[in-house]
Amino acid sequence: MLKVQSPTTTKTLISPGRLLLWVGVILMVGFCLAPVLWQLLTSFKTNAAISTIPTIYWPNWNQLTAAHYIGLGGEFLRYMGNSFFVSFISTCLCLVVGAPAAYSLARLKIPGENIILGLILIVSLFPYVLLFLGLLEIVKAVGIGNNYIALIVPYTAINLPLTILVLRSFFQQLPKDLEDSAKMDGYNTVAMLQHIVLPMTIPALVTTGILTFIFAWNEFIFALTFITRPEMETIPVAVAKIGGASVFEIPYGPIAAATVLGTIPLVILVLLFQRRIVQGITAGAVKG
Amino acid sequence: MTQDTLRQRDQRTGWFLVIPALLILLLVFAYPILRAFWLSLFTQNLGTQLQAEFTGLTNYGRLVGDSRFWQSLGNTTIFTVLSIIVELVIGLAFALILNQTFRGRGLVRTITLIPWALPTAVMGLAWAWIFNDQFGVVNDLLLRLGILETGITWLGEPTRAMFALIFADVWKTTPFIAILLLAGLQSIPKDLYEAHAIDGASPVQSFWQITLPLIAPQILIALLFRFAQSFGIFDLVQVMTGGGPAGATETVSIYIYAMVRRYLDFGYGAALVVVTFLILVVAIALTAFLLARARINVSGER
Amino acid sequence: MPLLTLENLRKQFAPDVIPVKDISLTVADGEFLTLLGPSGCGKSTLLRLIAGLDQPTQGQVKVGETDLTTTPPGDRNMAMVFQSYALYPHMTVAENISAALKIRKIPSMEIRQRIGEVADKLGLTHLLDRKPGKLSGGQRQRVALARALVRNPDVFLLDEPLSNLDALLREQVREELKHIFNAQKKPVVYVTHDQTEAMTLSSKVAVLLDGRIQQLDPPSRIYTHPANRFVAGFVGSPQMNFLALQSQGGVGTLGTLKLPLPNGLGDRPTVDLGVRPEDIYLTPTGEEPTLKGKVTLVENFGREQLVTVQFGEGSSKIRAVIPPEQEWSGDHVGLSLKAAKMHWFDSKTGDRLSPT
Ligand SMILES: Nc1ncnc2c1ncn2[C@@H]1O[C@H](COP(=O)(O)OP(=O)(O)OP(=O)(O)O)[C@@H](O)[C@H]1O
Ligand SMILES: [Mg+2]
Repeated sequence: MLKVQSPTTTKTLISPGRLLLWVGVILMVGFCLAPVLWQLLTSFKTNAAISTIPTIYWPNWNQLTAAHYIGLGGEFLRYMGNSFFVSFISTCLCLVVGAPAAYSLARLKIPGENIILGLILIVSLFPYVLLFLGLLEIVKAVGIGNNYIALIVPYTAINLPLTILVLRSFFQQLPKDLEDSAKMDGYNTVAMLQHIVLPMTIPALVTTGILTFIFAWNEFIFALTFITRPEMETIPVAVAKIGGASVFEIPYGPIAAATVLGTIPLVILVLLFQRRIVQGITAGAVKG
Repeated sequence: MTQDTLRQRDQRTGWFLVIPALLILLLVFAYPILRAFWLSLFTQNLGTQLQAEFTGLTNYGRLVGDSRFWQSLGNTTIFTVLSIIVELVIGLAFALILNQTFRGRGLVRTITLIPWALPTAVMGLAWAWIFNDQFGVVNDLLLRLGILETGITWLGEPTRAMFALIFADVWKTTPFIAILLLAGLQSIPKDLYEAHAIDGASPVQSFWQITLPLIAPQILIALLFRFAQSFGIFDLVQVMTGGGPAGATETVSIYIYAMVRRYLDFGYGAALVVVTFLILVVAIALTAFLLARARINVSGER
Repeated sequence: MPLLTLENLRKQFAPDVIPVKDISLTVADGEFLTLLGPSGCGKSTLLRLIAGLDQPTQGQVKVGETDLTTTPPGDRNMAMVFQSYALYPHMTVAENISAALKIRKIPSMEIRQRIGEVADKLGLTHLLDRKPGKLSGGQRQRVALARALVRNPDVFLLDEPLSNLDALLREQVREELKHIFNAQKKPVVYVTHDQTEAMTLSSKVAVLLDGRIQQLDPPSRIYTHPANRFVAGFVGSPQMNFLALQSQGGVGTLGTLKLPLPNGLGDRPTVDLGVRPEDIYLTPTGEEPTLKGKVTLVENFGREQLVTVQFGEGSSKIRAVIPPEQEWSGDHVGLSLKAAKMHWFDSKTGDRLSPT
């Protein structure tokens, strides 16, 4: 294990506990970042550099290129746009439908409240693979294959449990006097929700919105099943298809570039909203 | 009764506000499951020209003798159990680290969130590249460290393919567990440790006697969520191994998906859905039961 | 003309949680009723029943002849000031004040004019564009008040509106409240557990305990003629002294203390005597003291001193307020009680007994 410093110098040297902590921190950061960084590096290496053995960790200028990104072309921007559209709309829908439900479950004491909450909790545990068969039938019956409604509605649904649980716990923390005051002022419940409660819970809405957006962006199985027109694909499916596209030689460079591009929006979200994401995850899981 | 009209009005509004959400949930969650129960009683595949023919429990009979199903169930179980155990251990370590105060903790916490946020399907490709036979960085590192003499096949060999899957899954979901456990750690009052230290307990003893019992609820919640997700794992496997080699990493969901999409056997696919659903429900009920017990224990101790 | 009427109000939250049991009262135009009582006695609950924020289990709330019991709070034309002020944090002061008017579709010209008037009256004019988060406690309190006043409601309801202010400000605002509501000529129901507020502001005080009105009277009468031991003990500071006397042949005894009992107390073995500390004085030389005892504690408040005296064989104690400059020698003193200021209570029920 680690060597303990002699007592005379402990003031300037780090204590063994701290040293252990820092080793842990470095390992942790390395573990989390390594695959991403590796992908980033690969995406900028020339094909020759990628297939050089032993592996090149510090490429020189000749071994670097932006060609993989350029090769992805405008098509890829389109996938990003698709993903953004579907995720954004389903996030909005989820908040519009989920916030009133959460408020109702937090405050209005409807009979069967606990049963509804229990069901919502259970439903959030269902793997999507159990759902796609039934949904596929509906999609076919209604004729909305290759229509983003076929993604937006399921995405809204799979995010509703989390949205409702998180928002409910936020609503419960609001001081009740404010709502009473609004009632005295003459707001009815819906107007109160719209003009008083929701404006005060914007931080919570942002929190849940971010989580919803991430889940929708990342969803794979529905996107794979219900959307078959290539130009309508979302990022996860489009990237996965690049991986399985060519039979003879797997295009590692373009895959890496696609991975990087497809994950950049999420990395940005995490960087900007780290605190809120943590808050949302814990509120959703622990308070429920 | 007129006395009650105000409350009734509130309740009516309450229902009005939940109903849209309930309808969407019912449509997307309840209908497909119920539908699967119904459909599983029919044979509907290429053999019947995709027409549904009522055949009772035939599909279930076929399922009992379907060794591919049992293998996929076994694979799923191995995957779930191993990945969850490793994730819990590493996640706890992460949480303990993040619970310390050190410079740059905010940044470190942000970094640990990244794996959780990235699309599994996309990162699955990254992992496939990392575990690549020829140019994979794993082989290269092991060679450089002298652990291997020549590069080995990872995704083409049953055990190692499973290992790679578990490794990738651990990477992806440990942050989630770490965050949940961190919330648990942060809710433990500091003076508990101080009192324990004054009693002469070492930090290791404190960990076993205070930390673990007090975050037991969070551990169980994490377990519950992760169990359900892990049991239904689809995208990672689909992208990394596709269930191969030779079905060695085929999970239940991959099998169900193939049954429906590739073999177009809807009736049997529905039966698979039903059985998987029931297994899950039983397992979740068991965990939830333990969770309720643990909560009582913890509050009883205080 | 009585405007606000409560008839047999009762609120039951759970089988054993009944904060309001049976309350009937009326508050006329221009009357200022204070609900006074210890914490948890059901004051806020009663106010919320009046407002319609909670539904009574039984009974009715009327304004004039209209039964409002099932009318939603927004349609009752009552305004309420909350202890926490409950200002909408995302709206400016002006928006806060005008919210209720906008909902009632009052023309914006008139709204602006009414905001201007209240803001002027309460000195809020320069704060109208601020958000509540940027106001001091006193300013927030004023905004809450303005929000109620601007509506020109039929009834004003205030739930401990001063309890979040510091002592100095509280006194000042109390003064202002008095002026404002004197001018309003509307029924006011005011909840507090602070008896100074109750005494100075109200035209009527309802002392509550256990969900029932113990006494409903003008403040002075509550002080001079408390209806029972609870009211006597709750109103007045320092608290009234209570002595449990054995009564025999028209004489009450407690240890060495002997008092002739007034007529009309009835034939009873024991009786409780209540006497306020300010109605006890040091016996001047030449008079026979009512009781003699040992001074165990002297608390000097500057304008008076509160002396605790132990007497009798047991540990009977009595407290007296005496002028700050007055002195005595040794630690034993003689005390006299003002006969006219004695209160008598039934020792079992605690009800006031009126001597003839
Ligand atoms: N919604 C409710 N459900 C159950 N019990 C309640 C509810 N509201 C109040 N109570 C109970 O009713 C009793 C009276 O409460 P209330 O708020 O009226 O007291 P209060 O006189 O206003 O006290 P304070 O001076 O502390 O404000 C309390 O015991 C309280 O616990
Ligand atoms: Mg109160």
